[in-house]
Amino acid sequence: MAFIKIREERCKGCSLCVNACPKKIIELAPYINKKGYNPATLTNQEACTGCGACYAFCPDVCIEVYR
Amino acid sequence: MNKINAFPQALVDVPMHYCPGCTHGIIHRLIAEVIDEMKILKETIGVASVGCSCFNYDYFNFDMVATAHGRAPATATGVKRVHPDCLVFTYQGDGDLASIGTAEIVHTAVRGEKISVIFVNNGIYGMTGGQMAPTSLPEMKATTAPYGRKTESTGYPIKMTEMLALQEGCVYAERTKISSVASIAKTKKAIKKSFELQLAKKGFSIVEILSTCPTNWGLEPLESIKWMEKNLEGYYPIGVIKDAKEGE
Amino acid sequence: MTEKQLMKGSEAIAEAGIRNGCRYFFGYPITPQNEIPEYMAKYLPQVGGTFLQGESEIASISMVLGASAAGARVMTSSSSPGISLKQEGISYMAGAELPCVIVNMMRGGPGLGAIQGAQPDYWQATRGGGHGDYRLLVLAPATVQEAVDLTYEAFDLADKYRNPVMILGDGVLGQIMEPVELPEAKENKAEKPWAVSKNYNRDRNIISSSYPQVEVLEQVNIRLHKRYDEIKNNEVRWDSFLLEDAEYVLVAYGTAARLAKAAVRMARKKGIKAGLLRPISVWPFPQQPFTELISQVKFFLTVELSTGQMIDDVRLAVGKARQVHHFGRLGGVLPLPEEILIKLEELAKEVG
Repeated sequence: MAFIKIREERCKGCSLCVNACPKKIIELAPYINKKGYNPATLTNQEACTGCGACYAFCPDVCIEVYR
Repeated sequence: MNKINAFPQALVDVPMHYCPGCTHGIIHRLIAEVIDEMKILKETIGVASVGCSCFNYDYFNFDMVATAHGRAPATATGVKRVHPDCLVFTYQGDGDLASIGTAEIVHTAVRGEKISVIFVNNGIYGMTGGQMAPTSLPEMKATTAPYGRKTESTGYPIKMTEMLALQEGCVYAERTKISSVASIAKTKKAIKKSFELQLAKKGFSIVEILSTCPTNWGLEPLESIKWMEKNLEGYYPIGVIKDAKEGE
Repeated sequence: MTEKQLMKGSEAIAEAGIRNGCRYFFGYPITPQNEIPEYMAKYLPQVGGTFLQGESEIASISMVLGASAAGARVMTSSSSPGISLKQEGISYMAGAELPCVIVNMMRGGPGLGAIQGAQPDYWQATRGGGHGDYRLLVLAPATVQEAVDLTYEAFDLADKYRNPVMILGDGVLGQIMEPVELPEAKENKAEKPWAVSKNYNRDRNIISSSYPQVEVLEQVNIRLHKRYDEIKNNEVRWDSFLLEDAEYVLVAYGTAARLAKAAVRMARKKGIKAGLLRPISVWPFPQQPFTELISQVKFFLTVELSTGQMIDDVRLAVGKARQVHHFGRLGGVLPLPEEILIKLEELAKEVG
């Protein structure tokens, strides 16, 4: 089992992690954070393999990967 | 259950000022990861340039010197001559390194100054608002090239890394890009190699990283990466430009 | 006490730097000061120091910035056109509160001008020189011995105030040979906990002149100006010659002061009560001796190797209380003491 944690307040909603995720289980949330961005969010924790692609692509270093 | 990607020790845990999708943040993190892996946090001195990355001393968690636009290689020379055992690197954009700072970077390479240069090339001036850079592509629009860059009056994009690689003092020059998990890993490897060569006292090295500027290119972050690969990479091919092996 | 030896001004300045712990020199050739980098290139390696010829004055001062940020005692030198190029780095160093010693062996200008000694950079030196609201501590020696003593002390002053210090000489001082007594050679032991280095036992250091928040920058400017006030209180220096009963006071610094002194001697022989006030620190400018002299003096006459720059500071010090006149030769031409005397006699005749 693996999962990721996204620090939503740091996220600028750039979507690079959304595109990077091989399982396509990251989306932008429908709500906005304090900065005014729609933060990235994990939609299906069960499917996460902890590959770290999202972490590698995150320009704001706001993703932690657990495996 | 282990945290496999921890926030690097060599970065300060604060939000960065960069625009959404700007790859500066990724490159900062790669440098920090390399410093963590090499366990040289307390022996690293960075030299900041002027441009979008001019506040990077707020993000790198080690000693930093900020200097004038284009002069980072000269300032790094002064730092390195005083502390030859420290890892000293500059972090420069294409306006800084390829325009105003051409004399400083060329002669630092000529001297074989034992520093590492991280050169972030996105073909435009970001901080000042999207003006034409010496690395802007032909016909590329910029706020000071509203009809596109005209080669008959402004010439062709400058190939700095190729030029620097010609100098004897340059032991390693590679151009990478930030476009995929694989290319990000490759970029990290190149940074690490540059740092290791410096600590082995081999000479000057440069890693040019093709980057994006979603804000001033007027594209979404993902579109920017595609545009970079299609256009910037076409003119600036990625790969090792020089790798002077021992004894060569 | 060391024995006196005959030395050229530029070489003596370089030796004085080395003797007060200067171990790094970055510079670019320009006449008339090449003996400084040449001396450093020869002798710094002998004491474990580093001489590096930069690709330009801009690069050299940026190297000085780096070495100073790294905690070293560091020096550069140039002459007028080269000092113009260094202004970028000097402003950044003043903003980042970095010590260094900069020598300007002035020559005739503007533009490329000529290589002979002149004093056309007084305004540039005493008003900061580059962009931004800052000052340099500027010392103007008139003899090779004084150049040695002031250069030696300049390194301590730069460290004390964390500010660049300029030695303002001219081509004549740089080239002239005089007997000098050299000060004792010291190692630099100045503690610089703010410098960048290996940092095992402290928090990280950041050296920068960038303060993007305006309220913060305002506070930085206020802090710097408090330091300049401290310099004004502590570091004003001047020399006087026959001022006790002087009715006519010549004001001159550096090489011009040597010529003015000769004119004062000649005037005295003719029974004219002339004297010389010689600012040694041109920033901070010695205002107080002028205030003290006003009641006894009929007028002041500045003698400068320019069209009149220091005269502004003399007028600020004297106000409207007395007339301040100027005499100068330009472009590298030196006035004869006789010429200065003729001017003095003309002016004296006018006031009666």
